[in-house]
Amino acid sequence: MSGAHGVDAASSDVPRGRGAGREGDRGDAAAGAGAPPVRVHGVGPGDVKDVSRPDLEDRRMVGVRAYLPAIVAGMGVTIRHLLRNLRERRRMPTIEYPEVKRDYSPRFRGRHYLKRRPNGDPRCVACYMCATACPADCIFIVAGEHPDPAIEKYPVEFVIDGLRCIYCGYCVDACPEDAIAMTRDYEMAGYHREDFIWDKEYLLTWRDRVERQDGYQPYEGEIDKERMSRGRL
Amino acid sequence: MDATGLAISLAKASFVAFLLVQTVPVMVWLERRGAAFIQDRPGPNRVNIAGFALAGLVQPLADVVKFLFKEDYVPPAANRAFYVLAPVITLIPALMTFAVVPFADVVRIGERVVPLQVADLDVGILYVFAIASLGVYGIVLAGWASNNKYSFLGAVRSSAQMISYELALGLSVLGIVMAFGTLQLDDIVHAQGTRILGVLPAWGIVLQPIGFLLFVVSVFAETNRLPFDLAEAEAELVVGYHTEYGSMKFATFFMAEYIAMTTGAALIATLFLGGWQIPFVSSQALNAWTAGLVGPTWGSWLAALVQFGTFSAKMGFFLWLFVWVRWTLPRFRYDQLMGLGWKVMLPLALANVIVTAVVLLVVDGVGS
Repeated sequence: MSGAHGVDAASSDVPRGRGAGREGDRGDAAAGAGAPPVRVHGVGPGDVKDVSRPDLEDRRMVGVRAYLPAIVAGMGVTIRHLLRNLRERRRMPTIEYPEVKRDYSPRFRGRHYLKRRPNGDPRCVACYMCATACPADCIFIVAGEHPDPAIEKYPVEFVIDGLRCIYCGYCVDACPEDAIAMTRDYEMAGYHREDFIWDKEYLLTWRDRVERQDGYQPYEGEIDKERMSRGRL
Repeated sequence: MDATGLAISLAKASFVAFLLVQTVPVMVWLERRGAAFIQDRPGPNRVNIAGFALAGLVQPLADVVKFLFKEDYVPPAANRAFYVLAPVITLIPALMTFAVVPFADVVRIGERVVPLQVADLDVGILYVFAIASLGVYGIVLAGWASNNKYSFLGAVRSSAQMISYELALGLSVLGIVMAFGTLQLDDIVHAQGTRILGVLPAWGIVLQPIGFLLFVVSVFAETNRLPFDLAEAEAELVVGYHTEYGSMKFATFFMAEYIAMTTGAALIATLFLGGWQIPFVSSQALNAWTAGLVGPTWGSWLAALVQFGTFSAKMGFFLWLFVWVRWTLPRFRYDQLMGLGWKVMLPLALANVIVTAVVLLVVDGVGS
């Protein structure tokens, strides 16, 4: 219809819009009686009334409206930070990275490594538990038969794709032999994608070349201690 | 003009140009370190010469080397001639404006008394406005020649902003011109050496506080600095008019911005804070004191040095204000910018001119 909605509803004393505006409210059947000339779109000049809304008027001083107090307060905040940082450099949260490193939690899940038996062989028995648990499907294992019947299997190949890995630690949880664990190493950069394909040899030995703190480790609960006491581990 | 006079003028011009160019790395350093400390971080502190980072002051050197050795790329769609010309057109007016700013009183060279100002034009302030306005041509040209929509939008905004704020800029200085009755910056500085009622130095800021405020805000807008850097507006326009610029051409825009800031700060100091005038110490008194120390010739040099230091301190404060404000206030929305310029600053500036005129008339009437 015409401009009956919104604008007219607020200006009840405008005669032209009245019939249409109140039509719905009263259920008045005589809609056609005082009907305004039909306009297709928009609001005519008589339909708009300036309504005084003192609650919405900005009665603040010109200076306040020109943001002056807010600007002064803001400048105060910034200069306070500057002066404090000039006085006490140590309070700045910045860590000078290559020289100083962030101290991560002992449960940090960084780059994996494979644990070894006393004779240097991998503890892994190629059971595929980690590869099965892995949500990123980044562990690739080829099993082979171990000469020791007590051990049964060993990994001929054990590859982790460091770019696929999401460092969730599920492989560590899944491992029944405590053969895989994580470190706090997060500095993983390479020039080639191949650099992130970590094979068995690499996973077993990289910690010998680079000193890294241990990260997320297998849970050492009662079961493990019992098995440990039986000399299985 | 004889050969000696020419040599002296040349020396002064070289000194000013050298000084202006040298403020750029210092300002870059101030901006980066200032921003960093305001934001609770150390800022550039890596680049060093033999282990001395000098609180990051070596960083601009590395920046310059990088700018010089970067590929000088011209986008294939750009208008090559104007694209290359634009940064230069932005830089030259920024350098030229400073010519009329007196940075100290006078020095004696033999019998000659040399005013320390490159050119004492009798249209001083008008020259400043005329040349400063030319800077926007470089920006518009850069935006247009880059053939990039962001650049062009930045350029259009910049020109609209310049027109809006130049009115307030000019009118805010009109009060000063009326109060001191001259357009010559040297005379304005000398006039600010007197005192009002024997206590207050007759600085422009005392005579024209509203004019001072308007002028400072307008200078922020004219130099395209935050909160008025709509021409760059990283969030909307990449970086506006110099989006397509790299290497030394980009650096030239940067230099122009910082030199324009320096000139703006120098003008604020000259017009409203007494230029090289030391409060409560007249130039004569200072010269007499230094002459007593090292004789009249070298005394004038010493006095000039002290005055130059005073001028630099005032200028330095406003340069820091530019940085301080930039890292405090967010950018205006475009309609807010225009609203402030046309609905607040312009009427206020006009009112200021009228009030000044009436007051001057009354004071003159009382005086005669």
